[in-house]
Amino acid sequence: VCTSRFWFNYRHVANTLSVYRSVKRLGIPDSHIVLMLADDMACNPRNPKPATVFSHKNMELNVYGDDVEVDYRSYEVTVENFLRVLTGRIPPSTPRSKRLLSDDRSNILIYMTGHGGNGFLKFQDSEEITNVELADAFEQMWQKRRYNELLFIIDTCQGASMYERFYSPNIMALASSQVGEDSLSHQPDLGIGVHLMDRYTFYVLEFLEEIHPASQTNMNDLFQVCPKSLCVSTPGHRTDLFQRDPQSVLITDFFGSVRKVEITTETISLDRDLAGFESK
Amino acid sequence: AGAQFQLTVPVAVVFAPGSVPGDLPRPLPFRDAQEMEISANLRTSITSRYEMVYRSTTAQEEAALRAATPREADAALHPLQDASLGALTVYVVPETSSLLPQGISVYVGKHRNALVRAGGSLAAFRTRLQQLTQVMSFTASSITTALSDRVPDGRLGPDARRHLKSSLGYEITFSLLNPDPKSHAVDWDIEDAVNRYVQPVLDKLSLVANFSVDSQILYYAVLGVTPRFDKESSSFLLSAHSLPHVINPVEARLGSSAASLYPVLNFLLYVPERSHSPLYIQDKDGAPVSTNAFHSPRWGGIMVYNVEAPPSPQAALPLHVDVDMVRVMEVFLAQLRLLFGLSREELPPEFMVESPGNEGLADWELDRLLWAHTVENIATVSTTLTSLAQLLDKIGNIVIKDDVASEVYQAVASVQSAMAELATGHLHSAFQASKEAVTSSERAFFDPSLLHLLYFPDDQKFAIYIPLFLPMAVPILLSLAKIVREARQHKKEPTKMD
Repeated sequence: VCTSRFWFNYRHVANTLSVYRSVKRLGIPDSHIVLMLADDMACNPRNPKPATVFSHKNMELNVYGDDVEVDYRSYEVTVENFLRVLTGRIPPSTPRSKRLLSDDRSNILIYMTGHGGNGFLKFQDSEEITNVELADAFEQMWQKRRYNELLFIIDTCQGASMYERFYSPNIMALASSQVGEDSLSHQPDLGIGVHLMDRYTFYVLEFLEEIHPASQTNMNDLFQVCPKSLCVSTPGHRTDLFQRDPQSVLITDFFGSVRKVEITTETISLDRDLAGFESK
Repeated sequence: AGAQFQLTVPVAVVFAPGSVPGDLPRPLPFRDAQEMEISANLRTSITSRYEMVYRSTTAQEEAALRAATPREADAALHPLQDASLGALTVYVVPETSSLLPQGISVYVGKHRNALVRAGGSLAAFRTRLQQLTQVMSFTASSITTALSDRVPDGRLGPDARRHLKSSLGYEITFSLLNPDPKSHAVDWDIEDAVNRYVQPVLDKLSLVANFSVDSQILYYAVLGVTPRFDKESSSFLLSAHSLPHVINPVEARLGSSAASLYPVLNFLLYVPERSHSPLYIQDKDGAPVSTNAFHSPRWGGIMVYNVEAPPSPQAALPLHVDVDMVRVMEVFLAQLRLLFGLSREELPPEFMVESPGNEGLADWELDRLLWAHTVENIATVSTTLTSLAQLLDKIGNIVIKDDVASEVYQAVASVQSAMAELATGHLHSAFQASKEAVTSSERAFFDPSLLHLLYFPDDQKFAIYIPLFLPMAVPILLSLAKIVREARQHKKEPTKMD
């Protein structure tokens, strides 16, 4: 979810699109991704390179490629819609791609970026979602068993405050900075004129580039990403609500999709010619 | 919330002449009931109650039991009872009877009948009877699996969360993947195959849920994994541990109906490229799998269909391939059964189970599904309503619309009726009531009007109201104080002035 509007928040859209790309590369299909972008940077009139969003100065990779499927765009990204997606209280006319159709065996990854403060995250520069509302939404999801395990990553200023209030089981949270600290952006690009990425997400993506679908890297490695020397802020994480040991949790459990598969050993026997069969 | 389920199964035990054990407690006919406790967790307890009626055969049943094979006997016995959903009939044949083959002491038919060979002590007979009735209705593990939401994780068996969750409908999609259309022009008569082979199974399952079937052909869709070439068998092999990575790249292209919210079951038929033929799937021990297929719980199945090499290398490409739909459907329907949790593996060797033929599943297997789904539905409804009540307790200022309230009342009434019907052994009405309860409770819980965005922390309340009211409050309070002082002075003065 990218919650910021306006051209100078280009980096938040680039953050979100880069994470989206990594997650798709590791195997999660679009039907299982809800992408919410609060503003359109690719077709923004101030974009000197239209129809592209870059996350790195060298402009090698256009993260807004041909197969980006944005489910909630522009003014549709509101706190209300976000909570509706999470809790499932969606009007019946909403199409399948805009819904979170998860069940008790789904592992959910939630990545949010934008401007935040102590206990809140700003949406569209006009409203906020508080950490209490988020914790309550997660509890509603747990009550209806809409997730098996949930990984919450947030890249905003004072991000750790957003996971302070969680109380439902099986949630692991990562944030780019502690309460009282600001998360900083990574690199400005003089051609485009804005900062392209945030530091924490940049280093997380570097880490994810080395993961492939069969990788055995676990969560503890993700916690080490972006130490204070590189990030200036102190990333934090919270694992007390999580039942398994983070050491045994694979990155691909959340970022990729490795299915349980069974060999089919049984067959049934069908009568080839049915007597008295009538075609419908 | 705690719940007490009672699941009652009506069982009739019919003794053919010469099979009555000598040590029966009472002369035939008589009734008996066996109860067993299955506890899921501290607050949910399930009692299974088998109401047995012991009697002798009627003349018509005796005639049917004189058939040559168990299958004929089963077919002859079927029209003789009014076996309603959930009820079972067990026919006991004499120990020396030749109806059951050697070494088989229990035969389970396609409908709701079983044949048991008498013999041994009454206690052994009773154990065999209990085992049989459990196979044909439900076991402790099948019920606790259905309640997996409420059972602490440590006590769940490997089957938990493996079978499809109970839902009001399912969407089934058959897809043909042809990555190499230049070499293979594949024709599959899917419409005919669906009408002939799939529709009878779905008709049988129509009690459980609504099914919708569609099919598609995808060209240039490749598997995400490159198979290895094996020199010894000169074929290509897909090892078991690479199978989980096959599904995802394909899934992106499968698509699904935008309007339906039902779970989707995908059955894919993959025709390997000419350059990767023949392709076999290896199991964990390295042996090729006979069905050449694998499935993923709650998702669907994939089967690899190998096309024979052309007789001469100069044969004209593309080769025309007519898919043998029977072979394919045998595998897909077996996978469908496994996805629903109907498998044949756990039976002891002395049991012989009749194959259900083109119907896909036997009546008692349908019963098994219904028992599990009814219990699951009731558990889901009670969890949903409890959490709805908790939500409303916590957030006092949510407005409940009238239709939400009526859905809740209806859900409660349906659940109560479902539990009552379960206790009296009427499986069909119990299942229908549980389905209605689930529909109502889901509608109530997921009503879009129940969203709360009204969180005001206390410090925000202070921050908003104090600057508003404090400046107004100061002169009001001061003048109130002045009035009080004056009133007090006024009271004192009359006493002073005399």
